[in-house]
Amino acid sequence: MSRQVSDTGKILAVIPAYNEEASISGVVASIQSEDPHIDILVVNDGSKDRTGEIARSIPGVHVIDLPCNLGIGGAVQAGFKYAGRENYEIAFQFDGDGQHLASEIPRLLDPIRSDSADVVIGSRFSGHSTGYRSTLARRMGIGIFSLVNSMIVGRRITDNTSGFRAYNREAIVFLAKNYPMDYPEPEAVIILGRNGFRIVEAPVAMRDRMGGRSSINGLRSLYYMVKVLLAIGVNVIRPKLKRRGNSADDQR
Amino acid sequence: MQTINVNIIQYIAVFGSLAFIALIIGLIRNRKLKEEYAILWLFFGALFLFLSIWRGALDVIARSLGIVYSPAAIFLILIIALISLLIHFSLVISRLTEQIKDISQEIGLLKLKMDEHIDDSADGDSDRDGKASGKFV
Repeated sequence: MSRQVSDTGKILAVIPAYNEEASISGVVASIQSEDPHIDILVVNDGSKDRTGEIARSIPGVHVIDLPCNLGIGGAVQAGFKYAGRENYEIAFQFDGDGQHLASEIPRLLDPIRSDSADVVIGSRFSGHSTGYRSTLARRMGIGIFSLVNSMIVGRRITDNTSGFRAYNREAIVFLAKNYPMDYPEPEAVIILGRNGFRIVEAPVAMRDRMGGRSSINGLRSLYYMVKVLLAIGVNVIRPKLKRRGNSADDQR
Repeated sequence: MQTINVNIIQYIAVFGSLAFIALIIGLIRNRKLKEEYAILWLFFGALFLFLSIWRGALDVIARSLGIVYSPAAIFLILIIALISLLIHFSLVISRLTEQIKDISQEIGLLKLKMDEHIDDSADGDSDRDGKASGKFV
């Protein structure tokens, strides 16, 4: 059931945003100027600041205001549900904090357009060195995820925590039903890989954040590691999910 | 088997178990507790009633498990009861979390749909109550 995605297929940018009033309009503007044909959905994850208001004031932007804070996983999944129902051919996640570069979007979309992948992960570590600097603890964590996930998926995945990802329609419909909640990125790699989706990485550069701060720091990073590794382990012993549930209940 | 007469404690145990079961049933009657969540509570209440009425049962259970000091079997049963109730709570909380997530997402999606619907229909008569954007918050 592979299909060539035409250039006219609808593309959605899903921007999860929690308290990103400082950066959200810049992020939206960067996507709009990169490609005006991309529809933009901001998922305001119960922000306490003016993120929702600001996003809503930008013409052509769709905004989902979640009534309570679900965390990044719940917010992104709301985006997949929207993309699934509104019949988007491609959806990609683009973080609201400004660390992703709109100029890298084509790199992310090309493998899906040419149907050589179902899922594309924008990776800071594959291909050319981008000089990504980080703390030792963080690099170790990233290394562990890379090792574990690559072994399970059977394909080298270097940047499992990257939130810069693109999905084709089949993956969108799948993830609208099955997306992990709390620290979803590494776990999503496992779920997708184990259910036969073709995952490729595209080397991309990322920027330091324009505003806000990482949700993962200090003691939390230890909790993060343990929790994600546990979630990954659980996914390995779980039975495989129905990948192509035949249409009817996929739609609504 | 040596029968020590400790009737007082047996009366207390029977009374306590009955009061416990009555409390649970009362909560169900007043709809403060859903039946499905009360099943485990009722089950263990009944178990304790049974054990306090037929005291020999405890010795039988203890002996068959190789427990020398039979009152220790009471603690074992209590701990099993508490752990299974806690697991039950975790299950319920997990399910509720999932449901709240789904409902929140649905509400968000519905609000968006409504906003855009209002926007569309407000395009024609934009001066209706001065809120042309039709923002639905």
